[in-house]
Amino acid sequence: MRLHAPSRRELLFASGTLFAWAHMPKLAHAESRDPRFLTIILRGALDGLATVAPVGDPDWTTLRGDNALTLDGKAPALKLNDFFALNPAMPNLRRMFQDNEAIIVHACASPYRERSHFDGQDLLESGLPKPGPSDSGWLNRALSSLAAGSRVDPNGGRAFAVGPVTPLIVRGPAPVLSWSPQRIQPASDDTIQRLLDLYRHSDVKLADVLEDHAKLAAIEHAGDMPQKPGGPGPAQVRAYFAEAAGNAAKFLAQPEGPRVGALALDGWDTHVNEGIAKGRLSDLLSALDGALAAVQTNMGPVWRETVVVLATEFGRTAHLNGTDGTDHGTATVALVVGGALKGGRVIADWPGLKEADLYEKRDLKPTTDLRAVLKGVLKDHLRVDERALAQNVFPGSEGAKPMAGLVG
Amino acid sequence: MTARGKEAAALALHRFGFGPAAGQIDAIAADPRGALIADLDRSSGMPSVDLPSSGTAERAVFDFRAEEQARQKLEQRAKKAADASTMEVSQAVMDAPSGASAVPQKPPENKPPPLPQQILFNEAKVRFDAACAPTTGLVERLVWFWSNHFCISADKIPSMAGAYEREAVRPYVLGRFADLLLAVESHPAMLFYLDNVESMGPNSIAGINRDRGLNENLARETLELHTLGVRSGYTQTDVTNFAKVLTGWTWIGPGEPDRGGEFAFNKRLHEPGDQIVMGKRYPDTGVEQGRAILSDLARHPATAQHIARKLAAHFVADEPPPTLVARLAKNFADTNGDLKELARTLIAADESWVPRRQKLKTPAQWITAGLRLTGAYDTIPIGRIMVAQTALGEPLWRPPAPNGFADTEAAWIDGVPRRLDIANEFAARVPAADPAALIELSLGPLASAETRATISRAESRRQALAFLVMAPEFLRS
Repeated sequence: MRLHAPSRRELLFASGTLFAWAHMPKLAHAESRDPRFLTIILRGALDGLATVAPVGDPDWTTLRGDNALTLDGKAPALKLNDFFALNPAMPNLRRMFQDNEAIIVHACASPYRERSHFDGQDLLESGLPKPGPSDSGWLNRALSSLAAGSRVDPNGGRAFAVGPVTPLIVRGPAPVLSWSPQRIQPASDDTIQRLLDLYRHSDVKLADVLEDHAKLAAIEHAGDMPQKPGGPGPAQVRAYFAEAAGNAAKFLAQPEGPRVGALALDGWDTHVNEGIAKGRLSDLLSALDGALAAVQTNMGPVWRETVVVLATEFGRTAHLNGTDGTDHGTATVALVVGGALKGGRVIADWPGLKEADLYEKRDLKPTTDLRAVLKGVLKDHLRVDERALAQNVFPGSEGAKPMAGLVG
Repeated sequence: MTARGKEAAALALHRFGFGPAAGQIDAIAADPRGALIADLDRSSGMPSVDLPSSGTAERAVFDFRAEEQARQKLEQRAKKAADASTMEVSQAVMDAPSGASAVPQKPPENKPPPLPQQILFNEAKVRFDAACAPTTGLVERLVWFWSNHFCISADKIPSMAGAYEREAVRPYVLGRFADLLLAVESHPAMLFYLDNVESMGPNSIAGINRDRGLNENLARETLELHTLGVRSGYTQTDVTNFAKVLTGWTWIGPGEPDRGGEFAFNKRLHEPGDQIVMGKRYPDTGVEQGRAILSDLARHPATAQHIARKLAAHFVADEPPPTLVARLAKNFADTNGDLKELARTLIAADESWVPRRQKLKTPAQWITAGLRLTGAYDTIPIGRIMVAQTALGEPLWRPPAPNGFADTEAAWIDGVPRRLDIANEFAARVPAADPAALIELSLGPLASAETRATISRAESRRQALAFLVMAPEFLRS
């Protein structure tokens, strides 16, 4: 603890809990495998269509117009197969895909069908079929079920102190160790803009002050002067994402370290000026791409034992709204990367993009249950028992069978 | 027009407290004024904790520094010996610790903060816990107000910053102004902060022997800041003469093992003779001479006016209604500076209840309000809270000057965007709660439709919480 006046850097980044993981070395060690599993929650609802574009769908460019990513656009999308192409901000993910180390599941959604971020995130993390209070998350219950089946090194279950806030996904009976990274995610430009909107409607003085501040920040970002007052520049977001994910990987890579981790990256609620090819979403995806590269690098040799799942609470509207953004939707993508995968595939029961094909005539229709993907990874990678998956980890998910063949 | 019911309850908690904790709006909605006044009758302003007195703390810090010095000296000796002969290195290093058994060893990594900081943290924690206690917060707000009015700085005397508030301010915030004034002006922390321990009468024994003289700092600030107010009629001669009166008000050097750091009147420093201050002659009665002047200053009409305006400006509006100021000044004069009656008058006045929120919370008030609201203030270490206060320009017990921290909108509004960073950080550290419930808990009827919409559309609970504490209704009181 310091008593001197802190620099802004210290202030923003000095603390905050973003990860937690259960301490569980030597998973499935009997099979001489030592799997690593990291879950990254993308809070705010990721636009799946802007991340992985169905460029082969004849209705695609009609749907998104000038904002539709295409293979021959100004910022050409990165071809994945004959039907799907990746946002150009994600070359690392494309490389992993080409190396058969990435799987993209499209038109995918949790069982949640309303459009509240808060409930949606709760459900994504709790693993329950309906929103409601929950003391535990699916990842923790998955670990508990392993402990019950005594596949865990009995010496590995030591309890650790929990930091101030543990994400719901890892809360629960299994011992959890949490770690606070050096940085905390700074308030985003989006947060500033929304607040500015509120002030403009309700408090002119506050609006003026915040506006001046934002302008100053914009000038500073343009001049590439990171970490000055104002919203974080893309460089800061990149640094934060890379540090958060990269450090998680460093811990998971340790021989005696934890084997399962979770963290959350915020900022995906792109209602206004989404910036699919250039701008906000592009910057965020680029930062996420950098984070994935950091995970791969820091995992080192155990990358081949690694699976990382990236999931978001729901998708966004298929059409753009009136402010060049997208509103809360339903289906989206789930991204799965890691050296342990049988990758290089987009898995999608494609619902189509004609109005009649859309969920409630507005959102990409969910055709794959996210729980099936998660259960597939938990079953084949961590060897979680299938009955435990259906009953304890994702209660009421009997209908969503574990997706087979994700892990090689 | 004044606010009523739940609206008045929410207003009361934001304006006169540190914002609501869970359930408080409903709990006091039937009679918000009554709840505030009941707190005045119920609370003593004294935290029930066992912390070292200012003298004990100062002596401990003195010892700590002396030990540090000795330790460093031993290290230097060892280094010198090592430099002199490489052959003797290992021996010198091995000898050093055993030869210094009374000196604390260099703490290991992950060490607790050094003693002066630890004392400060402990004091800060007690103060912060008191502000988060499930009362209306009015009494603690008064403590903060008076502590800032009679501020000292931890930059100058870290050991005593918290103890000063507990010893000289808290016992009197619901008592008489004259007692409060005497307690603060004679507290060693104040005497040290405003240099009175340096001051000596030019014709005192010590002054003559050491060719030293007056330091007017304490006398001037007592008149200008603590009592009459600037430009209220006193002259430079009044300041000088008052300074002469205050010579001899000092402390016992902190190195003195039993009573070091405690107040003493030292006659050898005291300027002999009668003094005329504000047209009145004060005979040389030693320490009583100064007490007599302070007693008169406490009763002076200019003091009543000064305090009345400052109190109204602090709680109600930067430019407070003149009728309210007049009522408070009259009450102060009529009751001979009864501070509980003064607070009661403030609460009873209709002018104090205008629905329009004309105050911008200071950073420390705002941080406290945010943590009260989440009900999870224990999850943020006190060091982080202090760092946040510092970052927002209001470091705890470290005002930039003896006039304390400003409490006006003009002083703080430019820093509002920086509060967003703090909001963002703290929102990530407290357990997520239902944003809709938090709106009702903290603002209730004060929340505008725009604020409700902004919060309900947030992309995460964390962002929702940041919006809530950054909403105009939450920033302002």
